[in-house]
Amino acid sequence: MMDFAWLRDRFQEEHIMVLQEKAAELRGDILKMIHAAGNGHPGGSLSVIDILVALYYNVANVDPSNPKWEDRDRIVLSKGHACPALYAVLADKGYFPKEDLWTLRKIDSHLQGHPDMKKTPGVDLNTGSLGQGVAVATGMAIAAKHLGKNYHVYAIVGDGECQEGLVWEAAMAAAHYKLDNLTVILDHNGLQIDGTNDEVMSLGDPVEKYKAFGFETFTVNGHDIDALTDVLKTPVHGKPKFICAKTVKGKGVSFMENQAGWHGKAPSADELAKALAELGVN
Amino acid sequence: MGKSIRIAYGEALNEIAETNDKIVVCDADLGHATMTNIFAAKHPDRFFNFGIAENNMIAEATGMAHSGLIPFVSTFALFGAGRAFEIIRNSVCYVNANVKFALTHSGLSVGEDGGSHQAIEDIALMRVLPHMTILVPCDYEQTKKCVKAAAEIDGPVYVRVARPVVDEITTAETPFEVGKAQVLKDGTDVCLMTTGLMVGPALKAAEMLEAEGISCAVINHHTIKPLDTEIVREYHEKCKGIVACEEHSIYGGLGSAIAEVIAGVPGGKFAQVGVMDKFGKSGTPDALFEAYGLTPEHMVEEAKKFL
Repeated sequence: MMDFAWLRDRFQEEHIMVLQEKAAELRGDILKMIHAAGNGHPGGSLSVIDILVALYYNVANVDPSNPKWEDRDRIVLSKGHACPALYAVLADKGYFPKEDLWTLRKIDSHLQGHPDMKKTPGVDLNTGSLGQGVAVATGMAIAAKHLGKNYHVYAIVGDGECQEGLVWEAAMAAAHYKLDNLTVILDHNGLQIDGTNDEVMSLGDPVEKYKAFGFETFTVNGHDIDALTDVLKTPVHGKPKFICAKTVKGKGVSFMENQAGWHGKAPSADELAKALAELGVN
Repeated sequence: MGKSIRIAYGEALNEIAETNDKIVVCDADLGHATMTNIFAAKHPDRFFNFGIAENNMIAEATGMAHSGLIPFVSTFALFGAGRAFEIIRNSVCYVNANVKFALTHSGLSVGEDGGSHQAIEDIALMRVLPHMTILVPCDYEQTKKCVKAAAEIDGPVYVRVARPVVDEITTAETPFEVGKAQVLKDGTDVCLMTTGLMVGPALKAAEMLEAEGISCAVINHHTIKPLDTEIVREYHEKCKGIVACEEHSIYGGLGSAIAEVIAGVPGGKFAQVGVMDKFGKSGTPDALFEAYGLTPEHMVEEAKKFL
Protein backbone atom coordinates (compact mmCIF):
# COMPACT_ATOMS: atom_id res chain seq x y z
CA MET A 1 0.00 0.00 0.00
CA MET A 2 1.27 3.41 -0.99
CA ASP A 3 1.49 6.15 1.59
CA PHE A 4 0.32 9.45 0.19
CA ALA A 5 0.87 11.33 3.43
CA TRP A 6 3.65 13.39 1.82
CA LEU A 7 1.22 14.48 -0.90
CA ARG A 8 -1.45 15.44 1.63
CA ASP A 9 1.14 17.43 3.54
CA ARG A 10 2.18 19.24 0.38
CA PHE A 11 -1.41 20.12 -0.51
CA GLN A 12 -1.86 21.31 3.05
CA GLU A 13 1.24 23.49 2.85
CA GLU A 14 0.13 24.97 -0.44
CA HIS A 15 -3.35 25.62 0.94
CA ILE A 16 -1.91 27.42 3.93
CA MET A 17 0.37 29.49 1.70
CA VAL A 18 -2.63 30.46 -0.41
CA LEU A 19 -4.49 31.49 2.74
CA GLN A 20 -1.53 33.54 3.96
CA GLU A 21 -1.58 35.40 0.67
CA LYS A 22 -5.34 35.72 1.04
CA ALA A 23 -4.91 37.23 4.50
CA ALA A 24 -2.41 39.78 3.13
CA GLU A 25 -4.86 40.73 0.39
CA LEU A 26 -7.69 41.09 2.94
CA ARG A 27 -5.42 43.27 5.11
CA GLY A 28 -5.08 45.50 2.06
CA ASP A 29 -8.87 45.59 1.63
CA ILE A 30 -9.32 46.52 5.30
CA LEU A 31 -6.97 49.49 4.98
CA LYS A 32 -8.42 50.59 1.64
CA MET A 33 -11.98 50.56 2.97
CA ILE A 34 -11.10 52.43 6.16
CA HIS A 35 -9.16 54.97 4.11
CA ALA A 36 -12.17 55.40 1.82
CA ALA A 37 -14.50 55.78 4.81
CA GLY A 38 -12.21 58.37 6.42
CA ASN A 39 -12.55 56.65 9.80
CA GLY A 40 -12.84 53.21 11.36
CA HIS A 41 -10.76 50.73 13.35
CA PRO A 42 -7.67 49.35 11.56
CA GLY A 43 -5.66 48.07 14.57
CA GLY A 44 -8.14 45.45 15.81
CA SER A 45 -9.18 44.53 12.27
CA LEU A 46 -5.58 43.65 11.39
CA SER A 47 -5.19 41.63 14.60
CA VAL A 48 -8.35 39.56 14.08
CA ILE A 49 -8.17 38.90 10.33
CA ASP A 50 -6.19 35.63 10.49
CA ILE A 51 -8.71 34.23 13.00
CA LEU A 52 -11.53 35.04 10.57
CA VAL A 53 -9.60 33.50 7.66
CA ALA A 54 -9.07 30.26 9.60
CA LEU A 55 -12.77 30.19 10.52
CA TYR A 56 -14.34 31.10 7.19
CA TYR A 57 -11.91 29.26 4.86
CA ASN A 58 -11.00 26.17 6.89
CA VAL A 59 -13.43 25.47 9.71
CA ALA A 60 -16.94 26.90 9.67
CA ASN A 61 -19.84 25.23 7.91
CA VAL A 62 -21.36 28.19 6.08
CA ASP A 63 -22.88 28.77 2.64
CA PRO A 64 -22.38 32.22 1.08
CA SER A 65 -25.20 31.51 -1.39
CA ASN A 66 -27.58 30.95 1.53
CA PRO A 67 -26.52 33.33 4.33
CA LYS A 68 -29.56 32.57 6.53
CA TRP A 69 -29.27 28.78 6.20
CA GLU A 70 -30.73 27.46 9.46
CA ASP A 71 -28.03 24.87 10.10
CA ARG A 72 -25.02 27.09 9.40
CA ASP A 73 -22.36 27.62 12.00
CA ARG A 74 -22.74 31.05 13.60
CA ILE A 75 -19.79 33.44 13.68
CA VAL A 76 -20.26 36.35 16.04
CA LEU A 77 -17.71 39.14 15.97
CA SER A 78 -18.40 40.39 19.48
CA LYS A 79 -15.63 42.98 19.07
CA GLY A 80 -17.81 44.57 16.41
CA HIS A 81 -15.56 47.58 15.78
CA ALA A 82 -13.25 45.20 13.87
CA CYS A 83 -15.97 44.69 11.25
CA PRO A 84 -13.82 45.88 8.32
CA ALA A 85 -12.04 42.51 8.70
CA LEU A 86 -15.36 40.67 8.67
CA TYR A 87 -16.64 42.65 5.68
CA ALA A 88 -13.45 41.96 3.71
CA VAL A 89 -13.85 38.21 4.33
CA LEU A 90 -17.58 38.18 3.54
CA ALA A 91 -17.02 40.05 0.26
CA ASP A 92 -14.23 37.66 -0.70
CA LYS A 93 -16.45 34.67 0.12
CA GLY A 94 -19.10 36.09 -2.20
CA TYR A 95 -21.77 37.19 0.28
CA PHE A 96 -21.91 40.55 -1.52
CA PRO A 97 -19.94 42.34 -4.28
CA LYS A 98 -16.45 43.48 -3.39
CA GLU A 99 -17.17 47.03 -4.65
CA ASP A 100 -19.53 47.42 -1.69
CA LEU A 101 -16.48 47.56 0.59
CA TRP A 102 -15.70 51.09 -0.60
CA THR A 103 -19.09 52.28 0.72
CA LEU A 104 -18.21 51.42 4.34
CA ARG A 105 -19.76 53.86 6.86
CA LYS A 106 -21.33 55.96 4.09
CA ILE A 107 -24.97 56.98 4.02
CA ASP A 108 -27.27 54.19 2.72
CA SER A 109 -24.43 51.63 2.68
CA HIS A 110 -25.31 48.17 3.99
CA LEU A 111 -21.86 48.21 5.62
CA GLN A 112 -22.49 50.03 8.87
CA GLY A 113 -19.82 51.29 11.26
CA HIS A 114 -20.62 48.27 13.41
CA PRO A 115 -22.05 44.95 12.13
CA ASP A 116 -25.76 44.86 11.31
CA MET A 117 -27.40 41.49 10.70
CA LYS A 118 -30.44 43.13 9.13
CA LYS A 119 -28.41 44.97 6.52
CA THR A 120 -25.35 42.88 5.61
CA PRO A 121 -25.63 39.36 4.15
CA GLY A 122 -23.50 36.96 6.19
CA VAL A 123 -23.43 38.99 9.39
CA ASP A 124 -24.88 36.70 12.05
CA LEU A 125 -25.32 39.32 14.76
CA ASN A 126 -25.32 43.04 15.26
CA THR A 127 -22.49 43.76 17.68
CA GLY A 128 -20.32 46.60 18.82
CA SER A 129 -21.79 47.38 22.20
CA LEU A 130 -19.08 45.37 23.92
CA GLY A 131 -19.87 42.25 25.89
CA GLN A 132 -23.26 41.71 24.31
CA GLY A 133 -22.19 39.69 21.27
CA VAL A 134 -20.61 36.87 23.22
CA ALA A 135 -23.63 36.69 25.53
CA VAL A 136 -26.11 36.57 22.65
CA ALA A 137 -23.89 33.96 20.97
CA THR A 138 -24.10 31.86 24.14
CA GLY A 139 -27.88 32.04 23.88
CA MET A 140 -27.62 30.84 20.27
CA ALA A 141 -25.68 27.82 21.51
CA ILE A 142 -28.33 27.09 24.16
CA ALA A 143 -31.00 27.33 21.46
CA ALA A 144 -29.08 24.94 19.18
CA LYS A 145 -28.99 22.35 21.96
CA HIS A 146 -32.66 22.91 22.75
CA LEU A 147 -33.68 22.54 19.11
CA GLY A 148 -31.43 19.53 18.53
CA LYS A 149 -29.35 21.39 15.91
CA ASN A 150 -25.74 20.49 15.24
CA TYR A 151 -24.37 23.89 14.37
CA HIS A 152 -21.45 25.40 16.26
CA VAL A 153 -21.28 28.97 17.53
CA TYR A 154 -17.99 30.89 17.37
CA ALA A 155 -17.73 34.16 19.29
CA ILE A 156 -14.68 36.40 18.91
CA VAL A 157 -14.08 38.75 21.81
CA GLY A 158 -11.51 41.49 22.31
CA ASP A 159 -9.27 41.68 25.35
CA GLY A 160 -10.46 45.15 26.34
CA GLU A 161 -13.99 43.78 25.92
CA CYS A 162 -13.28 41.25 28.67
CA GLN A 163 -13.45 44.13 31.15
CA GLU A 164 -17.23 44.04 30.62
CA GLY A 165 -18.91 41.99 33.36
CA LEU A 166 -21.37 40.57 30.84
CA VAL A 167 -18.53 38.55 29.24
CA TRP A 168 -18.13 36.66 32.52
CA GLU A 169 -21.87 36.30 33.16
CA ALA A 170 -22.05 34.63 29.75
CA ALA A 171 -19.03 32.44 30.54
CA MET A 172 -20.71 31.25 33.74
CA ALA A 173 -23.86 30.33 31.84
CA ALA A 174 -21.92 28.61 29.02
CA ALA A 175 -20.28 26.27 31.53
CA HIS A 176 -23.53 25.79 33.47
CA TYR A 177 -25.35 24.67 30.34
CA LYS A 178 -22.33 22.56 29.21
CA LEU A 179 -22.20 24.25 25.81
CA ASP A 180 -19.69 22.17 23.87
CA ASN A 181 -21.16 23.76 20.74
CA LEU A 182 -19.68 27.14 21.72
CA THR A 183 -16.15 28.38 21.12
CA VAL A 184 -15.04 31.73 22.52
CA ILE A 185 -11.94 33.09 20.78
CA LEU A 186 -10.01 35.91 22.42
CA ASP A 187 -8.18 38.25 20.04
CA HIS A 188 -5.51 39.03 22.61
CA ASN A 189 -3.48 41.90 21.21
CA GLY A 190 -2.93 43.53 24.59
CA LEU A 191 -4.00 47.02 23.57
CA GLN A 192 -7.14 49.14 23.89
CA ILE A 193 -8.02 52.78 23.28
CA ASP A 194 -6.37 54.28 26.33
CA GLY A 195 -3.25 52.08 26.28
CA THR A 196 -2.28 48.53 27.21
CA ASN A 197 -4.75 46.27 29.01
CA ASP A 198 -2.44 46.36 32.00
CA GLU A 199 -2.40 50.15 32.13
CA VAL A 200 -6.18 50.47 31.74
CA MET A 201 -7.56 47.50 33.70
CA SER A 202 -5.45 44.41 34.08
CA LEU A 203 -6.94 41.24 32.66
CA GLY A 204 -4.64 38.94 34.58
CA ASP A 205 -4.39 35.59 32.85
CA PRO A 206 -7.49 35.16 30.67
CA VAL A 207 -6.70 31.47 30.09
CA GLU A 208 -6.68 30.76 33.82
CA LYS A 209 -9.86 32.79 34.21
CA TYR A 210 -11.75 30.88 31.53
CA LYS A 211 -10.40 27.60 32.91
CA ALA A 212 -11.74 28.57 36.32
CA PHE A 213 -15.11 29.32 34.74
CA GLY A 214 -15.23 25.75 33.38
CA PHE A 215 -13.95 26.05 29.81
CA GLU A 216 -11.51 23.73 28.03
CA THR A 217 -8.75 26.20 27.17
CA PHE A 218 -6.18 26.51 24.40
CA THR A 219 -3.51 29.06 23.56
CA VAL A 220 -2.36 29.66 20.01
CA ASN A 221 -0.48 32.12 17.82
CA GLY A 222 -3.39 34.14 16.44
CA HIS A 223 -1.58 34.83 13.18
CA ASP A 224 -0.73 31.19 12.40
CA ILE A 225 -3.66 30.10 10.24
CA ASP A 226 -2.55 26.47 10.33
CA ALA A 227 -2.30 26.37 14.12
CA LEU A 228 -5.59 28.28 14.49
CA THR A 229 -7.29 25.76 12.21
CA ASP A 230 -5.99 22.82 14.25
CA VAL A 231 -7.12 24.24 17.56
CA LEU A 232 -10.51 25.33 16.17
CA LYS A 233 -11.06 21.79 14.88
CA THR A 234 -10.02 20.09 18.13
CA PRO A 235 -13.20 18.60 19.57
CA VAL A 236 -14.25 19.29 23.15
CA HIS A 237 -17.02 17.42 24.91
CA GLY A 238 -19.30 18.45 27.75
CA LYS A 239 -17.92 21.97 28.19
CA PRO A 240 -17.37 25.12 26.14
CA LYS A 241 -14.07 25.85 24.45
CA PHE A 242 -11.87 28.92 24.92
CA ILE A 243 -9.04 29.83 22.59
CA CYS A 244 -6.60 32.54 23.59
CA ALA A 245 -5.27 33.77 20.25
CA LYS A 246 -2.13 35.79 20.87
CA THR A 247 -2.14 38.58 18.33
CA VAL A 248 -0.46 41.84 17.44
CA LYS A 249 -2.61 44.93 17.06
CA GLY A 250 -2.04 46.39 13.58
CA LYS A 251 -0.35 43.13 12.47
CA GLY A 252 1.27 43.27 9.03
CA VAL A 253 1.90 47.01 8.82
CA SER A 254 5.13 48.02 10.56
CA PHE A 255 4.05 51.48 11.66
CA MET A 256 0.69 50.26 12.99
CA GLU A 257 1.94 47.23 14.93
CA ASN A 258 1.52 47.51 18.71
CA GLN A 259 0.39 51.12 18.46
CA ALA A 260 -2.75 51.90 20.49
CA GLY A 261 -3.07 55.08 18.43
CA TRP A 262 -4.13 52.98 15.41
CA HIS A 263 -7.15 51.61 17.28
CA GLY A 264 -9.58 53.97 15.62
CA LYS A 265 -7.87 56.10 12.96
CA ALA A 266 -7.95 55.98 9.15
CA PRO A 267 -4.66 55.88 7.22
CA SER A 268 -3.89 58.86 4.95
CA ALA A 269 -3.25 58.28 1.24
CA ASP A 270 0.51 58.15 1.87
CA GLU A 271 0.16 55.82 4.82
CA LEU A 272 -2.13 53.57 2.80
CA ALA A 273 0.36 53.37 -0.07
CA LYS A 274 3.18 52.54 2.34
CA ALA A 275 1.08 49.88 4.08
CA LEU A 276 0.00 48.24 0.82
CA ALA A 277 3.62 48.13 -0.34
CA GLU A 278 4.61 46.37 2.90
CA LEU A 279 1.79 43.88 2.46
CA GLY A 280 2.76 43.29 -1.14
CA VAL A 281 -0.73 43.97 -2.45
CA ASN A 282 -2.15 46.53 -4.87
CA MET B 1 -62.84 38.77 44.82
CA GLY B 2 -59.48 39.80 43.47
CA LYS B 3 -57.11 37.62 41.48
CA SER B 4 -53.34 37.75 41.03
CA ILE B 5 -51.98 39.31 37.86
CA ARG B 6 -48.71 37.42 38.30
CA ILE B 7 -50.46 34.07 38.52
CA ALA B 8 -52.35 35.00 35.36
CA TYR B 9 -48.96 35.46 33.71
CA GLY B 10 -47.67 32.05 34.80
CA GLU B 11 -50.90 30.34 33.77
CA ALA B 12 -50.99 32.14 30.41
CA LEU B 13 -47.46 30.89 29.67
CA ASN B 14 -48.63 27.31 30.13
CA GLU B 15 -51.64 27.94 27.91
CA ILE B 16 -49.61 29.34 25.01
CA ALA B 17 -46.89 26.71 25.46
CA GLU B 18 -49.47 23.98 24.76
CA THR B 19 -49.90 25.05 21.17
CA ASN B 20 -46.57 26.72 20.43
CA ASP B 21 -43.43 24.67 21.01
CA LYS B 22 -41.20 27.68 20.26
CA ILE B 23 -42.15 29.30 23.58
CA VAL B 24 -39.36 29.15 26.16
CA VAL B 25 -39.08 31.06 29.44
CA CYS B 26 -36.06 32.69 31.07
CA ASP B 27 -35.79 33.97 34.60
CA ALA B 28 -33.08 35.43 36.83
CA ASP B 29 -33.63 33.58 40.12
CA LEU B 30 -37.07 35.11 40.67
CA GLY B 31 -39.28 32.36 39.31
CA HIS B 32 -41.10 32.11 42.63
CA ALA B 33 -41.94 35.82 42.53
CA THR B 34 -42.56 36.36 38.81
CA MET B 35 -44.60 33.12 38.76
CA THR B 36 -42.61 31.64 35.90
CA ASN B 37 -42.27 28.70 38.33
CA ILE B 38 -45.78 27.71 37.20
CA PHE B 39 -44.29 27.20 33.74
CA ALA B 40 -41.04 25.69 35.01
CA ALA B 41 -42.96 23.00 36.93
CA LYS B 42 -44.77 21.92 33.78
CA HIS B 43 -42.01 22.45 31.21
CA PRO B 44 -38.63 22.07 32.96
CA ASP B 45 -36.92 21.50 29.61
CA ARG B 46 -38.19 24.83 28.27
CA PHE B 47 -37.28 26.91 31.32
CA PHE B 48 -33.85 28.53 31.61
CA ASN B 49 -32.64 30.05 34.84
CA PHE B 50 -29.75 32.46 34.33
CA GLY B 51 -29.15 33.19 37.97
CA ILE B 52 -28.98 36.74 39.25
CA ALA B 53 -27.64 38.13 35.97
CA GLU B 54 -30.38 40.05 34.18
CA ASN B 55 -28.13 41.52 31.50
CA ASN B 56 -26.90 38.10 30.49
CA MET B 57 -30.39 36.60 30.61
CA ILE B 58 -31.71 39.19 28.17
CA ALA B 59 -28.70 38.91 25.86
CA GLU B 60 -28.93 35.11 25.80
CA ALA B 61 -32.69 35.21 25.26
CA THR B 62 -31.92 37.36 22.23
CA GLY B 63 -29.66 34.58 20.91
CA MET B 64 -32.54 32.16 21.41
CA ALA B 65 -34.88 34.47 19.50
CA HIS B 66 -32.39 34.70 16.63
CA SER B 67 -32.43 30.90 16.53
CA GLY B 68 -36.20 30.68 16.07
CA LEU B 69 -37.42 30.37 19.65
CA ILE B 70 -39.86 32.80 21.31
CA PRO B 71 -38.36 33.60 24.71
CA PHE B 72 -40.40 35.19 27.49
CA VAL B 73 -38.00 36.90 29.86
CA SER B 74 -38.99 37.67 33.43
CA THR B 75 -37.48 39.50 36.34
CA PHE B 76 -38.54 42.58 38.29
CA ALA B 77 -39.35 45.54 36.04
CA LEU B 78 -36.56 47.65 37.49
CA PHE B 79 -33.83 45.11 36.74
CA GLY B 80 -35.21 44.22 33.31
CA ALA B 81 -36.17 47.60 31.88
CA GLY B 82 -33.70 49.50 34.04
CA ARG B 83 -30.46 47.60 34.50
CA ALA B 84 -30.60 45.90 31.11
CA PHE B 85 -31.84 48.95 29.20
CA GLU B 86 -28.93 49.26 26.82
CA ILE B 87 -28.99 45.55 26.02
CA ILE B 88 -32.70 45.80 25.23
CA ARG B 89 -31.91 48.79 23.05
CA ASN B 90 -28.90 47.47 21.13
CA SER B 91 -29.32 43.71 21.06
CA VAL B 92 -33.13 43.46 20.99
CA CYS B 93 -34.91 46.54 19.60
CA TYR B 94 -32.18 47.66 17.20
CA VAL B 95 -32.82 44.50 15.15
CA ASN B 96 -36.44 43.91 16.16
CA ALA B 97 -35.54 40.62 17.87
CA ASN B 98 -38.53 38.54 18.92
CA VAL B 99 -37.99 38.74 22.69
CA LYS B 100 -40.92 39.15 25.12
CA PHE B 101 -40.41 40.95 28.40
CA ALA B 102 -42.96 40.11 31.08
CA LEU B 103 -41.50 42.18 33.88
CA THR B 104 -43.22 41.99 37.23
CA HIS B 105 -43.21 44.09 40.39
CA SER B 106 -43.73 47.29 38.47
CA GLY B 107 -44.84 50.52 40.12
CA LEU B 108 -45.25 51.59 43.74
CA SER B 109 -47.46 48.56 44.40
CA VAL B 110 -44.33 46.49 45.05
CA GLY B 111 -44.92 47.97 48.48
CA GLU B 112 -42.76 47.25 51.49
CA ASP B 113 -39.56 46.38 49.59
CA GLY B 114 -39.29 50.11 49.04
CA GLY B 115 -38.08 52.56 46.46
CA SER B 116 -35.08 50.51 45.32
CA HIS B 117 -37.45 47.88 43.93
CA GLN B 118 -40.33 50.01 42.63
CA ALA B 119 -40.07 50.67 38.89
CA ILE B 120 -41.80 53.97 38.15
CA GLU B 121 -39.74 54.77 35.06
CA ASP B 122 -39.97 51.48 33.15
CA ILE B 123 -42.66 52.62 30.70
CA ALA B 124 -40.62 55.74 29.92
CA LEU B 125 -37.54 53.63 29.22
CA MET B 126 -39.33 51.11 27.02
CA ARG B 127 -41.40 53.74 25.24
CA VAL B 128 -38.43 55.46 23.60
CA LEU B 129 -37.30 52.25 21.90
CA PRO B 130 -38.38 51.77 18.27
CA HIS B 131 -40.11 48.40 17.60
CA MET B 132 -41.17 47.96 21.24
CA THR B 133 -44.86 47.28 21.97
CA ILE B 134 -45.98 48.08 25.54
CA LEU B 135 -48.95 46.35 27.15
CA VAL B 136 -50.18 47.13 30.68
CA PRO B 137 -52.97 44.82 31.84
CA CYS B 138 -55.39 45.96 34.54
CA ASP B 139 -56.49 42.59 35.92
CA TYR B 140 -56.20 38.81 35.78
CA GLU B 141 -58.08 38.20 32.53
CA GLN B 142 -56.47 41.08 30.70
CA THR B 143 -53.02 39.85 31.73
CA LYS B 144 -53.73 36.54 30.04
CA LYS B 145 -54.84 38.34 26.89
CA CYS B 146 -51.72 40.53 26.90
CA VAL B 147 -49.41 37.52 27.24
CA LYS B 148 -51.17 35.71 24.41
CA ALA B 149 -51.08 38.82 22.20
CA ALA B 150 -47.37 39.28 22.98
CA ALA B 151 -46.61 35.78 21.71
CA GLU B 152 -48.38 36.55 18.42
CA ILE B 153 -46.52 39.82 17.72
CA ASP B 154 -43.32 39.49 15.67
CA GLY B 155 -40.94 41.69 17.66
CA PRO B 156 -40.21 42.84 21.18
CA VAL B 157 -43.09 43.33 23.59
CA TYR B 158 -43.07 44.61 27.15
CA VAL B 159 -45.91 43.33 29.34
CA ARG B 160 -45.96 45.31 32.60
CA VAL B 161 -47.03 42.96 35.36
CA ALA B 162 -47.89 44.31 38.80
CA ARG B 163 -47.45 42.41 42.06
CA PRO B 164 -50.81 42.73 43.87
CA VAL B 165 -54.02 40.81 43.73
CA VAL B 166 -56.55 43.14 42.10
CA ASP B 167 -60.31 43.24 41.61
CA GLU B 168 -61.61 41.82 38.38
CA ILE B 169 -62.65 44.50 35.95
CA THR B 170 -62.78 42.55 32.71
CA THR B 171 -63.95 39.02 31.94
CA ALA B 172 -62.58 36.33 29.66
CA GLU B 173 -65.12 37.50 27.08
CA THR B 174 -64.22 41.22 27.15
CA PRO B 175 -62.80 42.15 23.73
CA PHE B 176 -59.09 42.94 23.61
CA GLU B 177 -57.16 44.37 20.71
CA VAL B 178 -53.56 45.63 20.88
CA GLY B 179 -53.51 49.37 20.17
CA LYS B 180 -57.23 49.84 20.77
CA ALA B 181 -58.12 51.48 24.08
CA GLN B 182 -61.10 50.30 26.06
CA VAL B 183 -63.96 52.64 26.96
CA LEU B 184 -64.97 51.32 30.37
CA LYS B 185 -67.43 54.13 30.99
CA ASP B 186 -68.54 56.90 28.69
CA GLY B 187 -68.95 60.53 29.76
CA THR B 188 -68.91 64.07 28.41
CA ASP B 189 -67.60 66.47 31.07
CA VAL B 190 -64.22 64.96 31.92
CA CYS B 191 -62.24 61.90 30.88
CA LEU B 192 -59.92 59.79 33.03
CA MET B 193 -57.38 58.02 30.83
CA THR B 194 -55.69 55.31 32.80
CA THR B 195 -53.81 52.03 32.72
CA GLY B 196 -52.85 49.04 34.88
CA LEU B 197 -53.58 49.24 38.59
CA MET B 198 -55.02 52.77 38.32
CA VAL B 199 -58.03 51.52 36.34
CA GLY B 200 -59.85 50.48 39.52
CA PRO B 201 -59.32 53.81 41.35
CA ALA B 202 -60.29 55.69 38.18
CA LEU B 203 -63.62 53.85 38.05
CA LYS B 204 -64.20 54.83 41.70
CA ALA B 205 -63.30 58.45 40.91
CA ALA B 206 -65.83 58.43 38.07
CA GLU B 207 -68.53 57.20 40.46
CA MET B 208 -67.68 60.02 42.88
CA LEU B 209 -67.88 62.60 40.08
CA GLU B 210 -71.15 61.19 38.75
CA ALA B 211 -72.60 61.47 42.29
CA GLU B 212 -71.94 65.18 42.02
CA GLY B 213 -73.62 65.31 38.64
CA ILE B 214 -70.38 65.41 36.63
CA SER B 215 -70.32 63.14 33.58
CA CYS B 216 -66.97 61.26 33.55
CA ALA B 217 -65.52 58.86 30.97
CA VAL B 218 -62.98 56.20 31.95
CA ILE B 219 -60.67 54.83 29.28
CA ASN B 220 -58.27 51.95 29.80
CA HIS B 221 -55.11 52.29 27.71
CA HIS B 222 -53.88 48.72 28.09
CA THR B 223 -51.63 49.47 25.13
CA ILE B 224 -49.25 52.33 25.83
CA LYS B 225 -47.38 51.80 22.58
CA PRO B 226 -48.71 52.04 19.96
CA LEU B 227 -51.07 54.42 21.77
CA ASP B 228 -54.67 54.69 20.59
CA THR B 229 -54.22 58.31 19.50
CA GLU B 230 -57.62 58.48 17.86
CA ILE B 231 -59.46 57.99 21.12
CA VAL B 232 -57.25 60.62 22.81
CA ARG B 233 -58.18 63.20 20.16
CA GLU B 234 -61.84 62.20 20.30
CA TYR B 235 -62.21 62.59 24.05
CA HIS B 236 -60.04 65.68 24.16
CA GLU B 237 -62.49 67.31 21.82
CA LYS B 238 -65.57 65.90 23.48
CA CYS B 239 -64.72 66.56 27.13
CA LYS B 240 -63.62 69.65 29.03
CA GLY B 241 -60.39 67.95 30.06
CA ILE B 242 -58.39 64.72 30.24
CA VAL B 243 -56.71 63.48 33.41
CA ALA B 244 -54.06 60.81 32.84
CA CYS B 245 -53.85 58.47 35.86
CA GLU B 246 -50.98 56.02 36.17
CA GLU B 247 -48.76 54.19 38.64
CA HIS B 248 -45.65 55.62 36.99
CA SER B 249 -43.61 58.79 36.90
CA ILE B 250 -45.44 61.71 35.35
CA TYR B 251 -42.50 61.84 32.94
CA GLY B 252 -42.45 59.46 30.01
CA GLY B 253 -45.44 57.24 30.78
CA LEU B 254 -49.06 57.20 29.65
CA GLY B 255 -49.55 60.85 30.61
CA SER B 256 -46.63 61.93 28.47
CA ALA B 257 -47.83 59.80 25.57
CA ILE B 258 -51.26 61.49 25.76
CA ALA B 259 -49.68 64.93 26.13
CA GLU B 260 -47.64 64.29 22.98
CA VAL B 261 -50.88 63.67 21.08
CA ILE B 262 -52.67 66.81 22.28
CA ALA B 263 -49.63 69.08 22.47
CA GLY B 264 -50.47 70.70 19.17
CA VAL B 265 -54.15 71.22 19.97
CA PRO B 266 -54.98 74.89 20.76
CA GLY B 267 -56.27 75.32 24.30
CA GLY B 268 -55.16 71.82 25.32
CA LYS B 269 -56.97 70.54 28.37
CA PHE B 270 -54.78 68.04 30.14
CA ALA B 271 -53.79 67.11 33.70
CA GLN B 272 -51.88 64.24 35.23
CA VAL B 273 -52.17 62.01 38.25
CA GLY B 274 -48.97 60.03 38.61
CA VAL B 275 -45.74 59.86 40.58
CA MET B 276 -44.56 63.49 40.61
CA ASP B 277 -40.85 63.09 39.80
CA LYS B 278 -40.11 61.31 43.09
CA PHE B 279 -38.77 57.89 44.08
CA GLY B 280 -40.94 55.42 46.00
CA LYS B 281 -40.51 54.20 49.57
CA SER B 282 -41.62 51.34 51.81
CA GLY B 283 -45.25 50.88 52.75
CA THR B 284 -48.32 48.91 51.79
CA PRO B 285 -49.50 49.53 48.24
CA ASP B 286 -52.62 51.29 49.58
CA ALA B 287 -50.59 53.53 51.89
CA LEU B 288 -48.24 54.37 49.03
CA PHE B 289 -51.07 55.19 46.62
CA GLU B 290 -52.43 57.53 49.30
CA ALA B 291 -49.02 59.12 49.97
CA TYR B 292 -48.29 59.68 46.28
CA GLY B 293 -51.77 60.89 45.37
CA LEU B 294 -52.72 57.92 43.23
CA THR B 295 -56.27 58.01 44.60
CA PRO B 296 -59.82 58.51 43.34
CA GLU B 297 -59.96 61.72 45.42
CA HIS B 298 -56.95 63.20 43.65
CA MET B 299 -58.37 62.21 40.26
CA VAL B 300 -61.65 63.94 41.18
CA GLU B 301 -59.78 67.06 42.28
CA GLU B 302 -57.84 67.25 39.01
CA ALA B 303 -60.94 66.54 36.91
CA LYS B 304 -62.92 69.30 38.59
CA LYS B 305 -60.30 71.89 37.61
CA PHE B 306 -61.63 71.72 34.07
CA LEU B 307 -65.20 72.53 35.03
